Parts: sequence; structure tokens; C-alpha cells
Amino acid sequence: MSFLLYSKNGQLVLAIVAFAAVVALLLLTARLAERLRGRGRSGVMVLLFGGPALLLLAVGLVYPALRTLWMSFMDARSETFVGWANYAHVFVDPGGVVALRNTLAWVVLTPLCATAIGLVYAVLIDRSRFESAAKSLLFLPMAISFVGAGIIWRFVYEYRGAAQEQTGLLNAVIVWLGGDPVRFLQDSPLNTLFLIAVLVWTEAGFAMVILSAAIKAVPQDVVEAARLDGANAWQLFVRITVPSIRPSLVVVLTTISIATLKIFDITRTMTGAQFDTQVLANEMYDWSFVFGDNGIGSAMAVLIFLLVIPLVVYNVRQMARNRAVRA
Amino acid sequence: MSATITTRPPEVATRPPAPARRTSAARFRAMVTSRVGSAIAIVIAVLWTVPTVGLFVSSLRPEADIRSSGWWHAFTDPSFTLENYARVLGGSTSTNLAVYFQNSLVIAIPATLLPLGLAIMASYAFSVLRWPGRDWVFVGVFALQVVPLQMALVPLLRIFSGTQVADVLPFLSLWVAHTIFALPLAIFLLHNFMAEVPRELIEAAQIDGAGHVTVFLRVVLPLMLPAIASFAIFQFLWVWNDLLVGLTFSGGSRTVQPLTAALAAMAGDRGQEWHLLTAGAFVSMLLPLVVFFALQRYFVRGLLAGSVKG
Repeated sequence: MSFLLYSKNGQLVLAIVAFAAVVALLLLTARLAERLRGRGRSGVMVLLFGGPALLLLAVGLVYPALRTLWMSFMDARSETFVGWANYAHVFVDPGGVVALRNTLAWVVLTPLCATAIGLVYAVLIDRSRFESAAKSLLFLPMAISFVGAGIIWRFVYEYRGAAQEQTGLLNAVIVWLGGDPVRFLQDSPLNTLFLIAVLVWTEAGFAMVILSAAIKAVPQDVVEAARLDGANAWQLFVRITVPSIRPSLVVVLTTISIATLKIFDITRTMTGAQFDTQVLANEMYDWSFVFGDNGIGSAMAVLIFLLVIPLVVYNVRQMARNRAVRA
Repeated sequence: MSATITTRPPEVATRPPAPARRTSAARFRAMVTSRVGSAIAIVIAVLWTVPTVGLFVSSLRPEADIRSSGWWHAFTDPSFTLENYARVLGGSTSTNLAVYFQNSLVIAIPATLLPLGLAIMASYAFSVLRWPGRDWVFVGVFALQVVPLQMALVPLLRIFSGTQVADVLPFLSLWVAHTIFALPLAIFLLHNFMAEVPRELIEAAQIDGAGHVTVFLRVVLPLMLPAIASFAIFQFLWVWNDLLVGLTFSGGSRTVQPLTAALAAMAGDRGQEWHLLTAGAFVSMLLPLVVFFALQRYFVRGLLAGSVKG
């Protein structure tokens, strides 16, 4: 027995066995409840099948979210009411303003660049001989964590003084071309752009997969007709492909925007939010867990929530429309 | 419509564009655009691959070489070693990632199974069972996807902190947190798949005397397996690659910290020790890459079904 409690693998086994037991118990109770008659039966069924998940969501998501909302109007230790002071702080504090400005750059540039690259690539490799292998290449970074991607790119951006030999790929290329090495991650404001490039690198594969599927769904007779009318590749792309996959484009753009708003791993791993590279999600983490001010941290969490809502609503409406068109 | 297709001679549909109408200039332009197109595709593919290759090559070079020259020199002046991997998988405790690799596994396996099991059962309640208010509750669960992780982090952490249970089962808070954050999307997706199971199939089983448990286990579950596989892969990769939950819920403790958190700390403290960082990063990528290549089909299917989490 002690193995189960006092070793990590034991705890792993314990968790799986305990969970299996809970599920088995629920299903067994459900089987017994099937013998019940009348109204009680269906109520018991709903409780047994849906109850555990709903209970967890209520305790672990709904209550904490409401509590965060409440904390955002309280002071650092959630003891006295401070009104909108925490929100005002975000917009007045120089650090907060930098974070907001950078977050805006992230949210605008990442979806646009990732989608554009994913789209161009999807069109170019469509129906080519190496299509599936080519897809894997672009798609691969999706399996890598943001921390891993951050390290990969820090290595690419590595800077050394002009006298030394450059070990970072980009600076080596620059020096080889006769330029001076660039401090990619230290020199503001361009360093934010180089961080954004990392997220573009991981998200382009996602855009490519979704858009490639959409391109394949474009009716072939339309394409063929346009081609017979003498349209060239560019005209086909602009006049036929892009308008036909517009709904998918919108979904990809909004989905990446939502993910971008919450990203904090890349900034954390690559610059530690130094050199004016702070973003909202990382600042929220710093205020809550480093400076221990739950008021300001919570206000930032609520701010992220408020920024995400319109994107999600738009995304859902667009998806519903796509489904209606397809059906 | 189908009649017109069958009567049309097949070669019309597949015939290449009429060559007679193309001028030589147009042909030249088409050739150039396809050349330019291929060139752009190759440039993108190279840009997307080279950084990872560079990391991998570096991780196999001796420490002194990594310090003194770029990884591309390994091709002209090859000298490789497994020393870096020995350091990050064995070696002194401060740079030993093996223990975090185990932590990540201990976190990720239950954090995949729990939400999956709960979500499958819940989606049965939302798609097959009929009860008043069902659709409203479902919309509510769906809407919870909007709530960013950040909104729930601090209060959820408070629920666990300082309790006796947290001392005995240090991983519990991580399992539960990942489970909760996964549930809205999991229920939504699996419900969508389950709603597509033909109603007649379920009714036929019920007429034969099957209760809900039998219908759930024998009829619905087998049909759901591909969807379940897709979601399981996503959830596993998501938990494995997560940093935010791992960082906050492990509270910096070595006993439970996942690989990502340890690696992020290493990048902060030992930012210039590339022999450790490159090997460490690759160790953290190993499992996701294996999962990715082995199960790419399910991965893509899951992506197209909309399993994207923020």
C-alpha cells in the first residue's frame, strides 16, 4: 500500500484506479437506478451521468471566475473595496501601458501573419506530389510547447559582440552579408516583433491545416470554369479561392487572436518580460504571483476576459453560419 | 444533378485547360509563377524546419563547440556527443530533468483520462438523456469556454492550498485544475459527435430492453472511439506543453513541477548554457513529437473538428 502513496508512479496508479472506481460506481448505481420507476429515474440518470462534470465546473470554474471579478474591485489582500482603482492602475502605470501596447501588437500581427503564411503555403502545396510531407513540416511546431519554441528561437536570435564569432543563425547570416550583429531580444521596440515571429511560427501550421481543408472543399467545376476562361493562378487565388474560403479565414483569424491574448509562455522564456516586452497575460501572472497583489492581478484577468468575449462571440456566430451553409 | 454528371464524358472534367488558347507569353508566365510559387513554398518550409534542426544538431555537440561556433559547423567539422543528454537526464540535481519528465507524465496521464471520462458521461447526459432545462445548461457549459484560465487561477489555487489532501496527494491540484479547464471544450466536442449517433440505433437497443448503461457502453461508446482518440491526443499534448497551470499549481516545488516549468526556470537561470538548454528542450519535445508523428491523422481530425483551446 505504501507504494501507492509514497512514490510518484504509485500516485499515478492510484489516481487512475480511483477514477476508474468512481466511474464504475456511477455506472453501477445507474444500472440499479434503472429498476426505479416513475419520474425519479430520469433525474437520477442525469445526476449520475452529468452531475460530476457539472459539479466540478461550478466549484472549479464558475465560482473562481466570479471570485476573481470580486477581487478585481478589492485591494491587494482582498480586504477593502477600492472601486475601479485596480483597473485605473493598468491604464496609468507605465508598465501597464507598455503591456497593453505590446498585447495590441501581438493580437493584430500574429493572426494576420500566421494566417497569411498558412494560406499561401496551403495554396502552393495543394495537390503537389509532396503535399502531406510538406504539411507535416509546417505543422510540426504545433506539437512543441511554447517553452520549447522559446528556447529554439532564443538560440536563433543569439547575439554576441561583433568581435566574437556569432553562434546564432540570424546574426551569423547578417555578419556573413557584411552587417553588424543585432541584439534581437534586447532592442525595443523591435524585440516584440521578434517574439511575435515565434508565435507566428507555431500558429501558421494550424492556419494551414484548416485552410487547406477549406481549399479542397472549393467546388472543382468553379475552378475549372475560371481556368477555361483564361484566369491565371493569381486571379484564381484572389477571385475564386479567397472568397470561397472566407468563413474559414475568419474562424482561423479569431481563433488565433483568442489564443494570442492569453499567451505568456513565450515572453517569459525568451526575455522574462524585460526590455519593454511585457504582455497582459504575463503581467497578470507577475502581479498575482510575484508581487502578490491580487487586486491588480485580478483586474488584468478580467481585462483579458473582456477582450476575449467579442472575439469568441464573433467566432461562434461565424462557425454556426458555416455549419448552416454546409448543411 | 447526378444525372448530368453521369452522362458527361469523364475526360471533359479532367482535361487540362485548352492549350490552343494560350499564348506563349501566358505559358511563360504560368511557368514563372509555378517556379516562384515552389520557391516560396520551399523558403517557408525551410524557415519552419531549420530552427528545430539547429537545436537538435546543437544538442549533440560538445559544450566547447557550442560555445565557440555555430551549429552549422557540425556539418563541415563533425564531432558529436551524448554528453549533454547524459547531463540533463542524469547528472547533478540542479540540471537533472529526468525527475521532471516523470512529473510531467504523472500529471498528464490522469489529466487526460479524467476530463475525458467525465466529459463522455456528461455528453451522454446532454445528447441522449432528455430532461427539462437541458439545452440551457448545455449552452452554459459551452459559454464557459470563454473564461480564460487566468480568471479562475487564483481562487482555484486557494481552494487547495493548505489542505491536508494537498500534502498527501501533491499532484491532486494539478489533475483537478487541468480536468476543470478541459471540461467545457471536451463536453462541447464530444456532445457534437454523440449527437450524430443515429437516434434509431439507440431506440432499437432500448426496445430490446437495454438500459442507459448498456446503451452508453455498448452502442454509443464504440462509435465515439475516433472522436475520443482525437480529443485524448489534444488534451495530452495540451497538458504536457502547458506552463501556466504547471507553474502556478506546483508552487515551484521540485516534487510536482512539470518539465515545461523546469525548462523555463533553466532558461531564466542558465540562459547561456546552451549545451543544457538545447538537450533539455529536445527532451521535452520528444514525447509530443512521437505522439504527433504516430497519430497525425487523429490530430488533424481533431483540429478540423475545432478542438483548439486557448
